[in-house]
Formats: sequence, structure tokens, C-alpha cells
Amino acid sequence: MPASEDGPMIEARDVVKSFTVRGRAGVLRRGRTALRAVDGVSFTVGRGEFVGYLGPNGAGKSTTIKMLTGILTASSGTLRVCGLDPSRRRTALARRIGVVFGQRTTLWWDLPLRDSLTLVRRLYRVDAAAHRARLAELTALLELEPFLRTPVRQLSLGQRMRGDLAAALLHDPELLVLDEPTIGLDVVSKTTVRDFLERINRERGTTILLTTHDLGDIERLCRRVMIIDRGRLAYDGGLDELRRTVDADRTLVVELAEPAPPIALGGIRAERVEGARQWLRIPREENAAALVAELARRHEIRDISLREAGIEDVLAALYRGDHAYWCSGRPVAP
Amino acid sequence: MRTYALLAWTWIRAAAQYPVSLALLAVATAVVSFLDAAAILVLFSRAPRIAGFTAPEVLFLYATSALSFTVSDLLLGTTEQLGERVRLGTLDAVLVRPVSPLIQIATENFSARRLGKLIPATAVLAFALPRLDVPWTPGRVAMIPLMAASGTAIFAGLWVLTAAVQFVLVDSHGATKSLTYGGAFVTQYPMTVFARDFVRGVTFVVPLAFVNWQPALYVLDRPDPLGLPAAARFASPAIAAVLCAAAAVAWRAGIRHYRSTGS
Repeated sequence: MPASEDGPMIEARDVVKSFTVRGRAGVLRRGRTALRAVDGVSFTVGRGEFVGYLGPNGAGKSTTIKMLTGILTASSGTLRVCGLDPSRRRTALARRIGVVFGQRTTLWWDLPLRDSLTLVRRLYRVDAAAHRARLAELTALLELEPFLRTPVRQLSLGQRMRGDLAAALLHDPELLVLDEPTIGLDVVSKTTVRDFLERINRERGTTILLTTHDLGDIERLCRRVMIIDRGRLAYDGGLDELRRTVDADRTLVVELAEPAPPIALGGIRAERVEGARQWLRIPREENAAALVAELARRHEIRDISLREAGIEDVLAALYRGDHAYWCSGRPVAP
Repeated sequence: MRTYALLAWTWIRAAAQYPVSLALLAVATAVVSFLDAAAILVLFSRAPRIAGFTAPEVLFLYATSALSFTVSDLLLGTTEQLGERVRLGTLDAVLVRPVSPLIQIATENFSARRLGKLIPATAVLAFALPRLDVPWTPGRVAMIPLMAASGTAIFAGLWVLTAAVQFVLVDSHGATKSLTYGGAFVTQYPMTVFARDFVRGVTFVVPLAFVNWQPALYVLDRPDPLGLPAAARFASPAIAAVLCAAAAVAWRAGIRHYRSTGS
């Protein structure tokens, strides 16, 4: 079967992955429960897209990634990546995709980064000239030069991640799959990694699928988000759309001239009090301007700010399983 | 095979960046292995024969066993870390690369240091062969490389087989070690020093007796204490082939198990 060049990059239909969990059910009995880590997920990712794949811990993100990359075999459903069945054509697929696990390196601990990258060249059979050119490019973009000769085990987390990214892209893959690429990185390293990902997506047209808990990654990079919760796809759509559809409350932060008992205005009460500062949650339907005017009349206010619900609040509401709260937008048909 | 050689070469070159430590480690490895052989000579200083075998004969067994084991260890020894990889999750990194996981794991940390172990084995073999009191017929001469190759293949099969078990029994590393390293130890001595039931076990259950014992009986022209037919002396290549086939099947099953359970 020839791999299609113009079909979607990833096509998942009703993909299920269940594990048998052995646990102790009684003193002697050993119970077996089937756990559906991924429970009927369907989505399509087109070429050149940059998709964020989110969900709370244990929602099924990593399991999905592992099925997409051929590490795990799906229990049922159909899956095509680059037109290939990842489970049956794992090796063929490996040549066309790059994979980075943020939590652990795919490089070799004891080798200098440069040798690790040479080994990667052997594994993917990249010819020497192409390798040199690509390595030079990645070295410049990811600023690898200062630590190319350092053994991987001595690299800082940020350096290691840049090394891992270089290793995943040396063979110029069509699809880059990243599992929490910015986890534990400092601000500078995060920025380098994000700039780099944005650039290869824009300039090379590399399709990127990334899982993360870092909302900065999403706001900065992803035009599209998919959210998985308890093994099911809960949302699939644009980031702006997600933010708009969620009917999130706003927060009014008021700093009074001096500490005061919690403010109560009609139905609104201070949720948090810290010295002279108080936090008030304002429902969407409430008129914030009128509220501020009323507050100013009653108290002496030193400072005031109104905070719109950020993506954090949206996701927090979502992860709490507050379905009615956000499903009003554009939920994925169950 | 080509991929194996390329990867091994890359690792050797990487290790060669520290030539002093490489040389020291190779020497240390060689010295330790020589001590094994020296221990055998010490035994013979107290008795002219051990279990009916002369010193050159026991050294011949030692050398053929060590040679087979060392070559197999050189090629596949790192597979014993498989359980560790499964537990740490580093097997995933291997599975997203376009090369057989077995080759990737086997070549990992391939170092010229491992070649150090070959020195004592070949040296002792060179020492023992001319001192053997046997008529050197073409058949006997041909048997030497054949038994070395079959023995290597049997050990190779055992490495892969014991690695495959670790896909399911992640912590079985210690137990599986007794098969590989234990096998290397057992085959260094004439089987006549062991209890009969034990010899049956390493003949029919785990075919260690075919690494060097059975072909050595032919080379040294000795009767088989178990009374197996003469054909058994020549069965090593067939046994090796069967064991390697079984190991390949087990390995595939192991990979499939991992990919369906993820641990």
C-alpha cells in the first residue's frame, strides 16, 4: 500500500486502548479489571497543522501518543499516520516521524551529544552530506554548539531538550510528536524551544502534535486544541473558540485603603481576603462597571483590576469534569 | 547485519575517545578472565586428573566454552538489561526508531573493551590444542570451528531467550542470569564432575551440553557418560538452530506483549 502524500497526516477513528489491570481484590483473590485508557477517540490532523493535545494527568494523552508512534498497538479502531498503520508499519513510520519525550531522553547518556547525533544518523540512514547540512542548520537554530562535545548526562535539562529536538529532526520528518517538551524548562529555554517549533512548523511545514501542561505553550503555539478527558475526546477546535465558548466568570481584585471584613454586595461575596486586598468573583451576566461604581461609593479603594478568565480557568473548569459548564460550546459528539 | 556493524562501529569510535581508559579496561577484563584459567591449573597442581580428564583436556573445554560465551556476550550481552529498560520506560525510545530493537539494544555501549575477553579464551585454546593427546583427523580439526560457532549460537539463543522473558517478568534479571553466566561456568568443566541428573538437565532441558561437551567428547574420543548415541556428538549445529528459532519467536512474542500492555 503506497503511503498517501496528500491525505491527512493523522487519522484516528474510534481508537480504543484498554489495559488489563491486575490488582488485589481480596486476601487471596486477584482481581482483573479492564481499564479503557483511550475510549473511542476520533480525530484528523491535516498536513502543516500545529495541534495541542491536552488533558489532565492520566486522561490518555501519552497512551494516544504511543499508539500514534507505533509503540503501543490499539485494542480496536483504525489509525493512520502518514497513511500508514503505526502498529503494523512501525519501522516504516519511524523514518517519517520524529518523537520527543520531555520526561526522558531518547539520546544516549554516556555519549557526547555529537556522537548521539551520529548514531541517530546511522539509525535513520541519513547520508553524510545531508546530515552535515541538517546538523549545521539545527545547531544554529537550537544553539547547540557550546555543548556538542558534552556527554548527554552532563547536559542541563534545557540543553538536553534541545539535543533531543535536534535528534528527532535530523531525518527531516513530516510529523513531529512531542510529549511535554517544555516540562521543567526555565523561561529562556522554553522560549528557545517554542520559537524553534513555531519556526519549523511555519518554514518547513512540519506537522506538529504536542502534549503539554504548560498553557504558555498552547497560547503561543497551537491554533487548534484537542482535549482528552477520561479517555474521551472532550473538545476539538480552535483555541479562541474554546476560550469564547467557555462561560467563565471574571475576577475583580480590589485593594482597599485598609483591611476590612469581606465585602458583600448583593449576591457577590469576597472569595479571598489578604490584608487590604480582596478577590470577588463576578458572574458573566453581572455588570462589572455598576459593581465597581457601587464598591467605590462604599469603600475607599486604592487600586482595582478586572481579570478575564484565562485559558487556565477554562481548563481547570474542564478538568474538574464540570461538563455542563463548557460543553455548551462546541463539544465533540460522543 | 550491516546495521549492527555500523552501530557497533559508531559506539566503538565513541568509546575510543578515551583511549587510556579503554586500554586499561581491556587489560583488566583480560586479566580477570586469565585468572579463571589459572584457577584450573592450580587444581591440577594437586591432582593429575579431574573427573577423568587431564589438564589440557579441561583447558580445552574451558577455552571452547569461554570463546563461545565471550563472542555471544560481545554480540548480545547487553540484552540482559531489557527488564531494566522496560521498567524505566527507555524501551519506548528504541521502538520509535527504524531499526530492529534487538540490534539497537545489542549494540548499545558496544566497546572495544569487550574484545579484551577474547584474548584469554583464544590464548588458552592455543595453549591447550597442541597438548591434547588425540590423533588429528580432518573431522576433529573441522569440529573445532564448528563447535565454537554452534556454542556461540546456543549462548546467543540463550541471551535473547532470557531477554524475552524479561518482557513479561520484568524483575527476572537475576534468575535469567543463572542461565547465561551459569551456563558459561558449567560448560568450563567436564560434565563428569556434576551429578548425573544435572547433566541430564543441561542436555535435554537447557542444551548447554551441546555448547562444547558433546562435540568435545568426539574430539577427545571419550565415551558419553549418559550413553547418548554417537549422533549426539554432531547435533550441536541443529540444537543451536532450534534454540535460535525458539529465541526469535520468544523475542517477537515479547515485543508484542510489550506493545499491547506497555509494561
